[in-house]
Amino acid sequence: MASMPSLKSREIKIVHNMPISKTLPFWEGLKQGKVLATKCKKCETLYFPPSADCPNCLSSDMEWIELSDEAEIETFTHVVIRPTSFQQYKPYTVAIGRLKEGVKVLAWLTGFKLSQIKVGMKVKLTAKITPEGNPTYAFTPFEEK
Amino acid sequence: MRKVAIIGVGNSKFGNRNDVNLTELAFEAVKPALEDAGIVAKDVEFMALGSVGAGAWYAELLPAVVAAEYCGLTGIGLVRCEAACASGSAAFLSAYSVVASGPAEIAMALGVEKMREVDTSTAMEWIGRAGYYIWEFHNFGLTFPAYYALYASAHMAKYDTTEEDLALVAVKNHKYGAMNPLAHFQKKITVDEVLSSMVISYPLKLYDCCPMTDGSAAIILASEEKTKELGIDTPIWVTGIGYSSGTANLSRRKNYVGLETSVLASKRAFKAAHVTPDQVDVAEVHDCFTIAEIMAYEDVGFCKKGEGAKLIREGQTEIGGKIPVNIDGGLKAKGHPIGTTGCSMIYELTKQLREETIQKSRQAPLKNYIGLAHNVGGTGHYCYVTILRR
Repeated sequence: MASMPSLKSREIKIVHNMPISKTLPFWEGLKQGKVLATKCKKCETLYFPPSADCPNCLSSDMEWIELSDEAEIETFTHVVIRPTSFQQYKPYTVAIGRLKEGVKVLAWLTGFKLSQIKVGMKVKLTAKITPEGNPTYAFTPFEEK
Repeated sequence: MRKVAIIGVGNSKFGNRNDVNLTELAFEAVKPALEDAGIVAKDVEFMALGSVGAGAWYAELLPAVVAAEYCGLTGIGLVRCEAACASGSAAFLSAYSVVASGPAEIAMALGVEKMREVDTSTAMEWIGRAGYYIWEFHNFGLTFPAYYALYASAHMAKYDTTEEDLALVAVKNHKYGAMNPLAHFQKKITVDEVLSSMVISYPLKLYDCCPMTDGSAAIILASEEKTKELGIDTPIWVTGIGYSSGTANLSRRKNYVGLETSVLASKRAFKAAHVTPDQVDVAEVHDCFTIAEIMAYEDVGFCKKGEGAKLIREGQTEIGGKIPVNIDGGLKAKGHPIGTTGCSMIYELTKQLREETIQKSRQAPLKNYIGLAHNVGGTGHYCYVTILRR
C-alpha cells in the first residue's frame, strides 16, 4: 500500500526551547563532573532526576546534594533500532541503576559487551559531556584496581 | 449513577491503511456502529475521541473535529482524550460518564489512528518521546520497545522467564490473528521464527513487538432507559471501570517486573463490578510487546506474580484454557493503532459476549458472560480496566 496516491504535507522543523532555570545547578554540575540531586529541606525527600519543587510536601525549599558514584543495575536493554534523532549513534545500552541513597538513575551503560551485563552488577555513575557538547551522565565500569 | 449499555460497535480493517485518510478511516467504524445500534448520527449527543498522533504521525491537529464533521456528528459535544496507548479507553470512560451521570442518553467513544503517514524511525521517535522527554529520551533515546525491554530483562532475571516464553505469546496471538479478518497480520508464526527475528531492543525481537497500525473503532453507549426504548436485543452492560497511573520517570518505579498501575486499575475495576478474576470468561490485555501480556496475566490477577510464563506455557490463555486472552490476535497480530486500541478491545468483547464473532472457531466459551479489557498507556503510565457483562 506504500505506493497509494498521497499528498505531501508542508514541511516544518520543530526545536523546543526547554527552560532549565530551576535545575541549572544540575546541568552546570554535570560540566564539573558532578551528578546532583535535590533534597527537600522540609520533608527530606531526595529527588533524582532533580526537582525544584517537592511533590511530597509541596515545599519549594530544596538543597542540592552530590550523589554517590556506585550504582547496582536493576535492569537494562540494548537499543538496536534507533529513533530518527539517534540514527548517528551506534546501538546503545540503557540501564536503570540504584544508588545507595535509594534513588535510581536511568542512563546509558558504556564500556561493556552486552554479554557481560547482568542485573545486580555494580557500575560507576559518571557525569560527562557528549561529543556534541551536551552535558549528560552515564554508567561506566569501575577502573581496574 | 445510571446503568449504561453498549448498544452499537464498529471496527475498521486494521493494517497499513494508506488507501484512506484519517476521517475516511473514522467513517469505517462510525457507520457500522450507528447501523449496529439502529440509530443515526443526530441521535448521538456526545463524542469522545481517542487519538494520539495529531500533528505528529498524521497531519491533522484537531482529529475530533474533522472526524465528527466527516461522520455527520457536527454540533454534538466533542472532546479528544489522551492517555497514550490507553486513549481509546479514556474516551470510553468519558462517553460512559456523560451517560452514567445524566447529561446524555447516547454517547460515542471513537478511536482513530493513522500511524503510517511518517516513516518508521520518525514514528519511533515520537513514541519514544512519550515518556518523560527531558529525563529519559533527550539524552538516552529510549524507544517504545526499549521501555518494555527494560521490564523484560528484569522479569527474566527475577522469574526465569525465557525468550521462548515471550515467543509463545506472539505465536498464540498470531494464531488468533490468522482467524480474524480485521487483523493487521493474518499469518501464523512459529517459536523459531520469533527467536530468529532481528533484535529491536534486547531482549525484544521483531516478533515480540506489535506493528504500527492504522485503524478505527467506535462504541455507542446508552442509558438503560434509552436501551429499552430502542429495543436493543443484546445490550452489553458496563459493570466496572478501574483506572490508575504510574510515574513518568521509569527510574521512579519500585521494580521492573510488573506495572503497579495495572494492579491498581484492575483491583478498582473488580471492586466496582463486584466480580473476581476467576469469573472472567474472556479477556483483552495490553500486549504491545510479548512481555506486556505475561505481566498483564500477573498484574490483572489471572495468576500469581511470577507465574505468567507458566500460564502461556500451559496454554491456559487459549480458547479452551482457564482464561482465553487476546483471541482476536491482540495488539501483537490484530495491530495497535494507539488511540484506537481501547475501543477495539471493547468492540471485540462486545462481539464475544453477544456470541457474534465473525469466525465461530474464535468464540470463547461463556459461563458468566463477563469480559475484561486491560488497556495500558505508555509503559504503565496510564491504565484502564473495563469489565463488561451481558
